[in-house]
Amino acid sequence: MSETTGQPFRLPEGGRIHRDEPLRFRFDDAEYTGFRGDTLASALLAGGVHRTGTSVRLGRPRGIFAAGSEEPNAVHQIEEPFPEPMLTATTVELYDGLVARSLPGRGRLADRPDPARYDARHAHCDLLVVGAGPAGLAAAATAARAGARVILADEQPELGGSLLAGRELPGWTREIGEELDAAPEVRVLRRTTVFGHYDDNYLLAVERRTNHLGAHAPAHLSRERIWRIRARHVILATGAHERSLAFAGNDRPGVMLAGAARTYAVRYAVVPGRRAVVLTTNDSAYAAALDLAAAGLEIAAVVDTRPQPGTWAQRAEQAGIEVLPGHAVVGTRGDTHVTSVTVAGYAEGRLTSSARQFTADLLLVSGGWNPVLQLYSQAGGRLRFDDALGCFVPDGCRQAVEAVGSANGTFGLGRCLAEGTAAAARAIAADPIPLPSFTDEPSSPAIQVFVVPGTDADGDGDHTHFVDLQRDVTVADLDRATGAGLGSVEHLKRYTTAGTAHDQGKTSGVLTSGVAAHLMGARIAELGTTTFRPPYTPVSFAALAGRDRGALHDPVRVTPLHDWHAAHGAVFENVGQWKRPWYYPQDGESMDAAVQRECRAAREGVAFMDASTLGKIDVQGPDAATFLDRLYTNMMSTLKTGMIRYGVMCRADGMVFDDGTVARIAEDRFLATTTTGNAAAVLEWMEEWLQTEWPELRVHLTSVTEQWATVALAGPLSRELLAGLAPRLAVDAESFPFMAWRDTKVAGIPARVCRISFSGELAYEINVLGWHAPALWDALYAAGRPLGLTPYGTETMHVLRAEKGYPIVGQDTDGTVTPQDLGMGWVVSKKKPDYMGKRSHARAESRRPDRKHLVGLLPDDPAVVLPEGTQLVAGSRLPEPPVPMLGHITSSYRSAALGRGFALGLVRGGRDRMGERLYAPVGGELVPVTVASPVLYDPEGARRDG
Amino acid sequence: MADTETSVSARSPLAGHAARFAAATRRSGGAVRLAELPYLAQIDVRLDPKGPAADAVGLALGFPLPTQPNTVVHGGGSSALWLGPDEWLVVGRPGTRAELEGRLREAVGDEPAAVVDISAQRTALLVAGPRSRDLLSHGCALDLHPRSFGAGRCAQTLLARAQVVLAVRDELKPGFWVLVRSSFAGYLGDWLLDAATEYTGAV
Repeated sequence: MSETTGQPFRLPEGGRIHRDEPLRFRFDDAEYTGFRGDTLASALLAGGVHRTGTSVRLGRPRGIFAAGSEEPNAVHQIEEPFPEPMLTATTVELYDGLVARSLPGRGRLADRPDPARYDARHAHCDLLVVGAGPAGLAAAATAARAGARVILADEQPELGGSLLAGRELPGWTREIGEELDAAPEVRVLRRTTVFGHYDDNYLLAVERRTNHLGAHAPAHLSRERIWRIRARHVILATGAHERSLAFAGNDRPGVMLAGAARTYAVRYAVVPGRRAVVLTTNDSAYAAALDLAAAGLEIAAVVDTRPQPGTWAQRAEQAGIEVLPGHAVVGTRGDTHVTSVTVAGYAEGRLTSSARQFTADLLLVSGGWNPVLQLYSQAGGRLRFDDALGCFVPDGCRQAVEAVGSANGTFGLGRCLAEGTAAAARAIAADPIPLPSFTDEPSSPAIQVFVVPGTDADGDGDHTHFVDLQRDVTVADLDRATGAGLGSVEHLKRYTTAGTAHDQGKTSGVLTSGVAAHLMGARIAELGTTTFRPPYTPVSFAALAGRDRGALHDPVRVTPLHDWHAAHGAVFENVGQWKRPWYYPQDGESMDAAVQRECRAAREGVAFMDASTLGKIDVQGPDAATFLDRLYTNMMSTLKTGMIRYGVMCRADGMVFDDGTVARIAEDRFLATTTTGNAAAVLEWMEEWLQTEWPELRVHLTSVTEQWATVALAGPLSRELLAGLAPRLAVDAESFPFMAWRDTKVAGIPARVCRISFSGELAYEINVLGWHAPALWDALYAAGRPLGLTPYGTETMHVLRAEKGYPIVGQDTDGTVTPQDLGMGWVVSKKKPDYMGKRSHARAESRRPDRKHLVGLLPDDPAVVLPEGTQLVAGSRLPEPPVPMLGHITSSYRSAALGRGFALGLVRGGRDRMGERLYAPVGGELVPVTVASPVLYDPEGARRDG
Repeated sequence: MADTETSVSARSPLAGHAARFAAATRRSGGAVRLAELPYLAQIDVRLDPKGPAADAVGLALGFPLPTQPNTVVHGGGSSALWLGPDEWLVVGRPGTRAELEGRLREAVGDEPAAVVDISAQRTALLVAGPRSRDLLSHGCALDLHPRSFGAGRCAQTLLARAQVVLAVRDELKPGFWVLVRSSFAGYLGDWLLDAATEYTGAV
């Protein structure tokens, strides 16, 4: 046998690897080579590396055990090209420059942002076929030929499934693959693991698109993609996983599933050893032994637990292989790798002859096959233990899903093909397709063996009879658990952690149930399996996040004036998803200095702000006035066209929900504004009452929040500025009174100007179509600069309104505050027969004099600005806890106009405490404050009309 | 760009994306086409589909309002999108919003209906080209296959994390209108450009 350089276990020919594409990689600081088409595991085995790490709990050496996603041991840290923790070597396609490391337990996350792209796609189909083995290919081709929309997903880079590790039907696999790739309504997803099956046949899959290209992955393609698939029908052709059995020393590197060894030899042209013992309970390991023998591996013996193995054993013997019927493996030896295997006679759970030792570096095991039914179970499918097959099989599902082939416990190739086409034909009402004739070999029944007793000589007391390799769970652990009275597999799982590792017990789950049944003297059918939950295999958070990260993590809402704000140095505040200018620092100004300057401009000159984020709702219809009367606490039906009224909305519990203004546009049409954060909630609230309680009202609601951009213009000079830009508008206080609106043109732009003030100053709100807002703003800025027009942000708005005692819903209120608590009894109609919250306002609780009231609070030291949220207490010395709390501060600022710090707060019986001194504990000090009216600036309202 | 009604200078929500949309379209080699369709007239109409206002609006438009859910009818330079059992969005060419609103309001007369100009509430994106369905499928959960979302279909749905009205634009070539709230337009434009990277090649 000529040896490939550096790959002593690579066969000279065969396999599906590309020998013309050698790839270099590093593992645990040593250099290796493999070929395109290898997995990291197959390349390691080719290089003679079995041992891939150390077990987590017991520190025992462990090696590659399987050849697919069921692998429990070979879980590695990828270091290059980008760090990724805990990838399974049997599923990592080899690429040039791969650097990996074995892991004693947990992996390590990257310490830098992942530069790769990740994304998602939604897909819909008539039929989703999971698994592109013989049954899956037959199913997909059947539906494709009928013109159905088909998705075929398979976790491997090539179609074929089990055929990739066998020698059957190579031509058919290729032809069907080409046919499916060419079919217009078929989507073939290679390297794609369907990992979640939810209600209504909604399935999630992850496609590994460029991982296998390593550092050469094109940057513009997403590296991994989540597919969100909605399928009318699902066919699960997910195959079967081989399982091991529990015997002493069954965890040493060199112990491997028999089918996996066959896969390595046939698909990857790698022999995982030189001399093997095969332990089996069924026929399948004979095919593996024969293939491996043909590849040059010496088979020391096939140890079959069955007393009469049947025709496959005869074929092995004809090939010169020693078969030991009625025997089992009772132990292995070797420090870091199997060096010998001990075999003894076995019958019905007991050893029947003395031990015999075979020199071997490989022990191939087959304890039977488990249909891969994780998805079926996730979908709500029931499982039933089939005693003849020795495995759990599907037993009905409420969803349109069917398992076929070995996933259905059907193990002959010919029967798998037939089952695949029949299931697809049923699902989409089509005809089955002609299939290659293939006669399955006659088979002999398997026997169920889960535990092989140890010999007295090894005396390990089942402590090396491993059940779950990844969690280091042994028969002894299960024995202790069942001995403690745990009788359910769910309890055993949680007590022993069997099945809870990274591999989710793919090779160990049924073995756990089988061993537990053996220990309890129960039937495995009664114990069942633990519940399967998504994901089937681990999925990276990067893939799940997809495009939802960085700037696209959450939508950023902006007004039409955003670019101006940004260009003029605005610092932005997040208000829900909106970005609002918070303040506009100039020349290295502090926030405090900027806000003081902006406040002064609004109080002494003229200032403007972008108020476009306010919610706006068009209320239209003959019953619009009636509708608004019911929703707002005050009367809206008496409002005259052309006028505006402030209004408060309460929930049914009488607590303030939102506030805003209502403008009457026409007899049957109003424009209501909401707070920025509540725009959607208020519209939904209105719709809810309209649709569910008052359908008789002829009213329609339409959001126009973004139809109109709003510019607030405030300050004693605002009238002068507006008059210059709106020559057709009579701006004198008599012609255009407070709380009126007028349609006119401002700077030539059609505008609705409202005389509304949220600062107490003479002020206007100019509404224009969103797309005209930049032109309006620019015109105002150009005309206003000679007057000192200053842009102001939300912080200044907050200070100005607080000086006037105007509450902010959600800041000065918290859902426990009535309008009366806010000192706004005037906004609650006493005439209306009803309004939302009226009955609650009549409750004794709502009328208690010691409810918390909104009041002003003035620190004795005018330099002090108290933190918002500060508690308020009565005495100058704190008593022993619990300290009675009188209230708290809801808003607190420094006022340029007042020349001091001030606050608003909710204080128990506050309106009866005017002038009273309270104390605010701040950082170990008790800061004295005096209770005052919340209206601290211009209480007469003299400034409103300029 | 000028608003034809007023000759006042206007700026559409995605004006700042125009160059990037054009570049992406160019780079895709015809696979996708991205562009803003600014200043479309958009009038929200609410009325009883069985009442006289529905007939009057049909006459004013020159075609009946669609009553089949999630369908759109085109004709005479405007389109009517079914948004709900009593709600339609009538879309017309740029510069026609005042005329269209007036025509619809007049048709409705004294009937208890609502006619609201919301032309600036949303802007429109054109997403067209052979890969347009693929591009939208990155963020839209609806089945956009021609068998289930072909000519004459529209829907209110989510694209990425933005609410949109989606309408099939053309009967022959794949193409969609994506109507999006103006404040979300920048986010959605950025998202579409990012999702289109797949089809426009290396950045």
